[in-house]
Amino acid sequence: MKQLFALLSGLIFGLGLIVSGMANPAKVLNFLDVFGTWDPSLAFVMGGAIAVTAPGFALLFRNRQTPLFDSKFRVPTRTDLEPKLLTGAAIFGIGWGLGGFCPGPALTSLPVAATGTLIFVPFMLIGMWAARHTPDITPNAKGAAS
Amino acid sequence: METEFTPWLSLGGGMMIGASAVLLMATNGRIAGISGLTAKIFTRSSDTEARGVSALFVLGLLLAAPLWLLVSGGWPEQWVPSSPALMALAGLLVGFGASYGNGCTSGHGVCGISRGSARSIVATVTFMVTAFATVFVMRHLIGA
Repeated sequence: MKQLFALLSGLIFGLGLIVSGMANPAKVLNFLDVFGTWDPSLAFVMGGAIAVTAPGFALLFRNRQTPLFDSKFRVPTRTDLEPKLLTGAAIFGIGWGLGGFCPGPALTSLPVAATGTLIFVPFMLIGMWAARHTPDITPNAKGAAS
Repeated sequence: METEFTPWLSLGGGMMIGASAVLLMATNGRIAGISGLTAKIFTRSSDTEARGVSALFVLGLLLAAPLWLLVSGGWPEQWVPSSPALMALAGLLVGFGASYGNGCTSGHGVCGISRGSARSIVATVTFMVTAFATVFVMRHLIGA
């Protein structure tokens, strides 16, 4: 059952990306271009998503100890702001601004098979692999990057 | 290239993304973070059940556009930058940055902010700033 809902969640997520326009890099790049052909639509995507997720998560965590088909909620517990987090986020933003794709929209767009997408996705996977094999730059970090 | 301002469609699509995140958490207890779920598929050390669930979520993502085609009769409208060098570099940076920074637009931007996570709020502000700056440099300084 949990597998079925994982598939369904992915499908709804992908359809949401398409309906919202987020799977279209032209709209993403225009959202990021305040001084040019600005298209503020994507602020509504994030706003709509958080407007559902924030109360949804709050209700869920208040009313249930465990998920419906699993033993526990897997929620990150770290609270420190380490250089690794900020470095990764900064690099991610540069790539997002260059191509107009973040991981969800890129994967959703893969079947459409635009040339740019077919190049982007394999390099994104290589980048993820490289990050897992890059040591943590945080001073006194315990162990390697996980 | 200009794109049309679509507040209602974007809001509706955003709410679908939120519904998906809540559904995955309610049923599987997992954060709908695309970079994390994708990386998990390729991580040998993660348990097989986690890999399976992650793979099915990503399969769902991959089925969205074909379903759209089936129902509407056309692929979703999109324009993708086609320069191979640019898209290769963009892919590398997005993949590396998302994994190194423990999340992307979905994990930090939607789920993290919704949980009130300080790490996610700082990460989201950081990648927004560098993304806005990158587009400014590319379009208005370099003129690409």
